[in-house]
Amino acid sequence: MIQADVLIVGGGGAGTSAALHLARRGVRVVLLERGLVGGQATGVNYGGVRQQGRHPAGIPLARKSREIWSRIRELTGSDVEFDPSGHLKLARSAADEAELLRWNTLAVEHGLRPRMIGRNAIRELYPHFSDVVIAGSLMEEDGSANPRLLAPALARAARKAGADIREGHAVTGLEHDGTDFRLLANGTRFAAPWLLNCAGFWGGEIARQFGEAVPIEKLHPNMLVTEPLPYFLRESLGVVGGGLYMRQIARGNIIFGGGRGESDAGITFTRPRPDAAFEVMRSAIAVIPRLEHAMVIRSWSGTDGTFADHFPVLGPSRTTPGLIHAFGFCGEGFQTGPGVGAVLSELVMDGVTDVPLEAFDIGRFTAAQIAV
Amino acid sequence: MTVTRLLDQDRTAITFTVDGVQVPAKQGDTLLTAMLTAGLGHVRTSEFGDGGRAGFCWMGACQDCWVLVVGKGVRRSCTTLVEPGIEVVRR
Amino acid sequence: MRIVVVGGGPAGIRAVEQLVRAGVTPIWIEEGPDGGGRITQRPPPGFTRDHAALYGADAGRARRLHATLDAMKPRTDWRPDTLVWNIRPQDKVLHTLTNGAAQGEVAYDALILCTGAMDRVLPLPGWTLPGVTTLGGAQVALKSQGVGIGANPVLIGTGPLLWLTALQYAKAGAKPAAVLDTTDFLTKARFGAGMLWNLPTLLRGMGLFAQLKLRGVKLHEDITPLAIEGVDGVTAVHWRDAAWKEHVTPCDAVGMGWGLKPEAQLADLAGVPFDYDATQQNWVPRKDVAGRAPVAGVYLAGDGAGIGGVEVAELAGARAALAALGDAHLPSDMALTQHLDGRLRTERRFRKALEQAFPYPAKLAARMEDSTSVCRCEVITAGELRAAAAADAPEVNRAKAFSRVGMGRCQGRLCGTPAAAVLAKALSVEVPEVGRLRGQPPVKPVPLQQVG
Repeated sequence: MIQADVLIVGGGGAGTSAALHLARRGVRVVLLERGLVGGQATGVNYGGVRQQGRHPAGIPLARKSREIWSRIRELTGSDVEFDPSGHLKLARSAADEAELLRWNTLAVEHGLRPRMIGRNAIRELYPHFSDVVIAGSLMEEDGSANPRLLAPALARAARKAGADIREGHAVTGLEHDGTDFRLLANGTRFAAPWLLNCAGFWGGEIARQFGEAVPIEKLHPNMLVTEPLPYFLRESLGVVGGGLYMRQIARGNIIFGGGRGESDAGITFTRPRPDAAFEVMRSAIAVIPRLEHAMVIRSWSGTDGTFADHFPVLGPSRTTPGLIHAFGFCGEGFQTGPGVGAVLSELVMDGVTDVPLEAFDIGRFTAAQIAV
Repeated sequence: MTVTRLLDQDRTAITFTVDGVQVPAKQGDTLLTAMLTAGLGHVRTSEFGDGGRAGFCWMGACQDCWVLVVGKGVRRSCTTLVEPGIEVVRR
Repeated sequence: MRIVVVGGGPAGIRAVEQLVRAGVTPIWIEEGPDGGGRITQRPPPGFTRDHAALYGADAGRARRLHATLDAMKPRTDWRPDTLVWNIRPQDKVLHTLTNGAAQGEVAYDALILCTGAMDRVLPLPGWTLPGVTTLGGAQVALKSQGVGIGANPVLIGTGPLLWLTALQYAKAGAKPAAVLDTTDFLTKARFGAGMLWNLPTLLRGMGLFAQLKLRGVKLHEDITPLAIEGVDGVTAVHWRDAAWKEHVTPCDAVGMGWGLKPEAQLADLAGVPFDYDATQQNWVPRKDVAGRAPVAGVYLAGDGAGIGGVEVAELAGARAALAALGDAHLPSDMALTQHLDGRLRTERRFRKALEQAFPYPAKLAARMEDSTSVCRCEVITAGELRAAAAADAPEVNRAKAFSRVGMGRCQGRLCGTPAAAVLAKALSVEVPEVGRLRGQPPVKPVPLQQVG
């Protein structure tokens, strides 16, 4: 049996970041990942490092994480292709524009510095947009990174700092003996007084085993990428109301998505949905007409967990001391992952964190919501 | 490189344009055949700085010969036949 | 009963023939403007060579296949110029792209995939230069376009296609500068005995060899290709002979190929599991002797289901159709079924010997220089792939995620085999242990702009 101070289930951004932050504080930490680290939501998402558009309750966590993103290279030894290129959210109607203005006012109150770009300026600055775009909001410090690299980079750094990161370790036994959590994975027993539930969609099942069922649902992103095209698009793009997000990497490929993919028990992997793909392809050309001659070369999906209120579950268990949940990031966990790991390490080591977590409490769901 | 006409070349002569320049071809040529036998040397340029590409598999598998046909969109030159007067743009 | 056949090559033609015989009108989808496959590919309208000139020893087969192809087109829902780019097996729907532009959907109850194969390659310095093609490409150029990839090409690789292509070029009036075979004579001789199962094909192979010598084409065995030289095109090939002596052969083009690999992307998207076939050195979609995949309603035949050659493709295409008919409780010819099963058994023994006689040089791939581009779409070098291995990539999909190998337009069709060899060597494991690149839709690029 392996005795540790902290056990982490799930090797996504949150889990690997928690392992790194804890190991750096000298904690004996073991992370158990069923597949390879970053193989699920952290690895297959759009790669947005975006604060723009977030609900005010989520802004402090996003800001904490953004601060870590600026140190990602010194923290992990890899730049993870993080590019603070700016995030531009587009308005396609007067109502959209009003929504951008409304959020910008809120964001300023929370210490962010978004900038409105009006009709004339957007024509001048972004000649590649069509006339359907009438205004935009630019968050200069937002940007993107390569989702395939984040969790592996955090895991490598965590290992160097002394964490025991075990891939190919699906947890098959899970209990609390009154003192320690006892886990069985890949034929090995693990015990520790702390357990961090960072298992993404499957975190819901772990919570249920500790008497805290949650109304979590699967979220499959619908992601596409074009062939490499001449570079023209610096900012990562979104639109008011969602449904389209798009960025161009320096190599030229445009990564874009919108709508939902699907999964099927009979197929091993999640898939994008062609109808959703067509919709997002149409939207992309409507915004950037020059994409009409581009080819889609690949598409993909994955599995995240989501809740109806679009907040994750992040914070201590209501039933079991020593258990802290961090799952169900509703498609927004890539940006927050590094920050969530820091928060988890603070909750374990200091008992407090500077990020308000009330909105993310696992106790927020009503019995009726859980029953559904 | 010289893609060389060897056999079965008694076919109707036609012309089309590549990057605005008129290029001779024969009815039944693919865009790839026509562009390479006309001495154009390559049909696309690698995005990553390692020069021109002139297809590779000639059977629609390697995806290394895409060109723009004006009015039609992007086409694989190895599996697209030349038509008189079409305008090809190399990418 | 909606039966869909994908592919108009030998397997597809023989599958459709059996379906039509049983009174079924299948939907028949072919990516090109015409069927016929690769070995027996027909030129576009306007070319005048006859079957003997086009196909040589395969002329009879080609004539029979083309006759059936033409007879079947009007008796099926024939859809040429149509790419199947995605399958949603849970709903039994194919997504198609016609004429490179028009999107469509095709529902099926049974699906027979006859998707063919392509050349396996060994990346070399200079292999992305204009003038370098696959052996299959060199053949298609000659057969369906009447052109040579050059007037003095060097042909590198191994297998019957290497010699056949050289001879076809020589006969067409080109002068191959050299034929460079990576397999040594002893390996070919040792496994050649196993080919006695198919004496005519064996004799034909030996005949090719003799004819090439007669025509003065230089043949070198047990060679190591080193590099393709040139700036805007090919000017020479550098290689090393069995005695470790280096040579430079001037030439104006290069054709390269080391056997074939299945074009099995659609089987992958249909959810068919794959197994590593150590003899073929290929990942092959799983199927029973009749061609039934473990996914209900999906059947596989021809080289897309594992390399077997044109003879096996014809037999397996018919057999898969009979399986689909039987499974649907439609009339199927029991006597023919038994006959086909017997023939397929014999052919498979021959094929095993053939693959062993002409192995893919995985060791050469594994030794590739760091600066060589493994992935020609994304220009990812062997060094970058090895760096991915060093960064905890225990299998190819993770190596792809780190290095972008296989992420380009061709989705790893070309680099999949050599990349696995490089990665396995870097990780000190056997090639099958690093797995295979998972398929992702679209199997070939589709335009953002949709019509229809």
